This record gives sequence, structure tokens and C-alpha cells, in this order.
Amino acid sequence: MTLSFRRRAVNALMLTLTGVCTTLVAGILLVILGYLAWNGATSLNLNFFTKLPAPVGEAGGGMANAILGSGKVLLVAMLLGVPIGFLGGVYLAEFGAGMFSGVVRYVTDLLNGVPSIVIGIFAYALVVQPMKRHSTFAGGVALGIMMIPIALRTTEEFLRAVPVSLREGAMALGASKSRTIFTIVIPAAKSGILSGLMLNLARVAGETAPLLFTAFGNTFWSPGWLNETATLPQMIYNYAISAYADQNRQAWAAGFVLLVLVLGVNAAARFAIGRTPARGRS
Amino acid sequence: MTNELKAMTPKLTREPEGQDHVRGREPDGDTPVGKSTVKLQTADLNFYYGAFQALHNITLSVHERQITALIGPSGCGKSTFLRALNRISETIRHTRIDGRITLDGSDILKMDVTALRRRVGMVFQRPNPFPKSIFENVAYGVRVNGLPQGSSLKEVVEKSLHRAALWEEVKDKLHDSALALSGGQQQRLCIARALAVDPEVLLLDEPCSALDPIATAKIEDLLFNLKSQCTIVIVTHNMQQAARVAQETGFFLMGKLIEFDRTEVMFRKPTQKQTEDYITGRFG
Repeated sequence: MTLSFRRRAVNALMLTLTGVCTTLVAGILLVILGYLAWNGATSLNLNFFTKLPAPVGEAGGGMANAILGSGKVLLVAMLLGVPIGFLGGVYLAEFGAGMFSGVVRYVTDLLNGVPSIVIGIFAYALVVQPMKRHSTFAGGVALGIMMIPIALRTTEEFLRAVPVSLREGAMALGASKSRTIFTIVIPAAKSGILSGLMLNLARVAGETAPLLFTAFGNTFWSPGWLNETATLPQMIYNYAISAYADQNRQAWAAGFVLLVLVLGVNAAARFAIGRTPARGRS
Repeated sequence: MTNELKAMTPKLTREPEGQDHVRGREPDGDTPVGKSTVKLQTADLNFYYGAFQALHNITLSVHERQITALIGPSGCGKSTFLRALNRISETIRHTRIDGRITLDGSDILKMDVTALRRRVGMVFQRPNPFPKSIFENVAYGVRVNGLPQGSSLKEVVEKSLHRAALWEEVKDKLHDSALALSGGQQQRLCIARALAVDPEVLLLDEPCSALDPIATAKIEDLLFNLKSQCTIVIVTHNMQQAARVAQETGFFLMGKLIEFDRTEVMFRKPTQKQTEDYITGRFG
């Protein structure tokens, strides 16, 4: 009787504990979302998307240049990180069996663990110093380097998940190995690889540290690719620590926009993974 | 013993004229079995997975335009042997073939592997349609190897689906995903895909093991009709299937070819004790 009571009590306690922790996990995201929406959405207006930042002390203005700047930096990052990561992943999945590949995998995992600010310094030394200027390009290089390890490993994982039977089926018809890879294996893994890339992009979109001394930031339009540019995360950083309440509010708004973009990309990627790729049209 | 086998064999033979096939009289007047020419031949074939020798000195002749079945317990090397015949075995690392395999007298180990695989098609144990449309599945081999002169891709696809007895079931949904088909349909699609490049030899690796009896019967009928057009080698776990479809049968055990003869002889009067034991179900 007492034993049974003790068991029930422990059960109830553990159930409560695990339940509370689970709720906390989901709750944190909801609180962040709610808080950002509360503070950010209220400061959000059309000007935010269309106007340049207002001079210090003046009310109003927007972050159009930072939104465009983030887009341009991410574009450069993708052009650099995706091909290298993707083709490296193809190599590891399809041709990599020896020691070399083992070393590459290990090094890739290490690269993934390098703090983003260190990557920023590296991009600074690699691009900013020789060119003697901060630029969109330099910011893109920093984020592109950050994209490589995950692009590589997700490509490898999704290619490996394609059954051997499909490869054999293609090769039994006389297709060469490379033809099999490009016409059967990669298309079969396409939706997985694409969504992996989207998640990867969403992840680096919020990176601030590597941009601080590469893209640097400014308060006006940044023509071309070789001039310093504002980006959303960097604007959030600058405006959040500003002494002006109006800039603080805009930082909230920028945070909200960034979060919505990242969550949107995440949701889209998960939707793409969830769909059985095979059910689609040819 | 012999009575047992005699009692078994007629049951296994679905076609009423099945006995005649076994004796070598083709309904469509093709060359009788035994006099037909050798299409594919192996001589002292050894096969290794790393240090493990999976096949020992296999010498076997596959005759043109008939069905040759390979039977034996799991792990006996029959699939390994089949996979050596189109060199798909090479896709696995650390494998090695020695000995001779000839197709129409020329050594396949010296041939361009893609040219070889165009001539020697293969259907696998589990249906493996590509995650593409039905049409694209059949068209794949043609796209790889080029279209035969004077025909269109559409014609080739339609003809191949007819040959695989699948056309009627799929003609209205050629552009739907192949993965929506049933298992039996998928396997016939894989046969159509292999036939689209017009192979001289078709290798089938336990093509019915993942299928139900009705789908199996359809595939067997199909093989029976196909053998007038190409040479077929089928690996099967199912002895009744070998007895039903094959003119010649080889029995593998532990990497060795124990016995190879006309199916009728193999199932009625095997000369080797091990063959008899296996066929009568004493082991394996």
C-alpha cells in the first residue's frame, strides 16, 4: 500500500517535471516570438521597408538598405558556399572511401565548430585587408565559409540515403557512374539537399559577428559589391545599444523581420523535406 | 524418390505443353534446346569479395533464346555469379573476378562496361523503379544509349511496355510517378526498362521474391514469351519456379556449381547426391 503510494507519487512528480521542461522548451520560442512581435511589430511600418535610416536624433526612417544588404551578402555567401559544399558532398558520398575522405569529414566537422567571429577575422584578413575596404563581398565570403561545412555534410547525408538499388538500376542500363549520379542519385536526393541548403541559409542569415568587420555597415545605399553595406543583424546590434529610443524600437522591428524571414525559410524547408520527393512529377 | 519427383513435376508445370518445352520443342518452332548456340559462357570463373572466395571455378554455358535457372540455398553464390555476368559486381569495392566470361565468344572483362550492360540487361530482386514518371523510367536506358535509328522515343517506350505486358495497365498514366504502381507492376516496369535498350541477354535476380503469387505468375508468363526474343538467366530461390520456366538449370552450393543440366533431368534424375538432397528438401 505504502509502496504503491510511493510509486504513484514518484510517477506524478517525474511526469510533472518532464512536462514542465517540455513546456518550457516550446515556451521559450513562444515568449521570444511574442515579445518580438509585441515590441517589433508595433514599430513596423511601410517606411521600415522603403526608407533609409534617419539621421541620428531624428524620428522615422527605415532599414531598406539593410534589408537589401542582407540579401546581397547572402547571395554572395550562397554563390561561394553552396557549390563548394555541394560538390564536396557529392565527392564524399560517391567517391569518398579512403583516408583522405575521413580526414575531410573530420576537418569539416571542426570547421563547423569554429566560432563565427573567428571566421569573421579570417575573412577580414583574407578579403578586407588586401582590398583595403569593407564590402558586401567580404561579408559574403565570411558567411559563405560558414555555409560550407553544413552544405557539404547535408549533401553527403542525403546522397548516401539514396538506395544502392537505384544506382545499380541505372548502371545496369549502361549509364556511367557520373551519369548515374547526375541523372538518378542527385535528383532523388534533390528535395532533401535543397531544404538542407535553405536551413543552412537561414542559419547564417542571423549571423552578426562575422559581418561586423567585413560588411561593416553604414546608413545609406551601398552600390555594387565592393562597398561597405548595412545588414539586418548588424543594424539590430547598432540600434539596440543606441541611446535613442526610436532606434531601439527599430531594432525590435528589425529583429522581428529577421525572425519571421528565418522561421519562414525554416518552415518552408521542413515542408519540402516532409513531402515525399518521389511522389512528385518526373 | 523418383516417384515423389514425378508426382511433383506436373504440378509445377503450369502450361499444359510445358513438358514439351522442357524436352526442347518450342511452340513457335525455334531451335530445339541443346542444339541452340551458346550465348554466354564462363570458364573457370572465380570471384572474390576481399579475401573471401565466393565462387570456385564455375564453368557454365548459357544457350541462346532459352531460360536458364540458377538455384541453390542462400549464400551459395548464384546471385554473385549472375552479377558477374554484366559486371555490376564491379560497383562493390574490393571485389575481383578471374577466369573467363564470354558473350558471343568475346571476353566481357575486356569489353567497355557500358556497352556490355547495354547488351546484357538486368532486373533486380526488389523492384527499383527510379523516382521518375513511368515514361521516364522506360526511356532512361534509351536516353543513355541513344535511340535506335528510325524510331521515336515514344514508340520505344510503348513497345517496351507492351513486351513487359504492362501497357494496358499504364497507358493512361505514363506521366504519373512510377512509385505509385503496385510491386508487381513496378517489377514489370523494371523489365520494360531493361527491354527498352533491346538487350541480347536478360539477367533476373530473384525477380519474384518480393511479389505475391499472382504477380509472380504474370512475370513467369512474361518470361516465357520473352525467351523467343532474348536469352534469359534467372536466379531463383523457388525450385518450382525453376521447374516451371527454365529449360536448363544449374545448382549452386557453397560457391560451386554442383550440377548443370536440362531442367527435366535436374528435377527427375539428378546425378549428384547434393542436388537430389536440395531438390527434395532435405536441406537448404
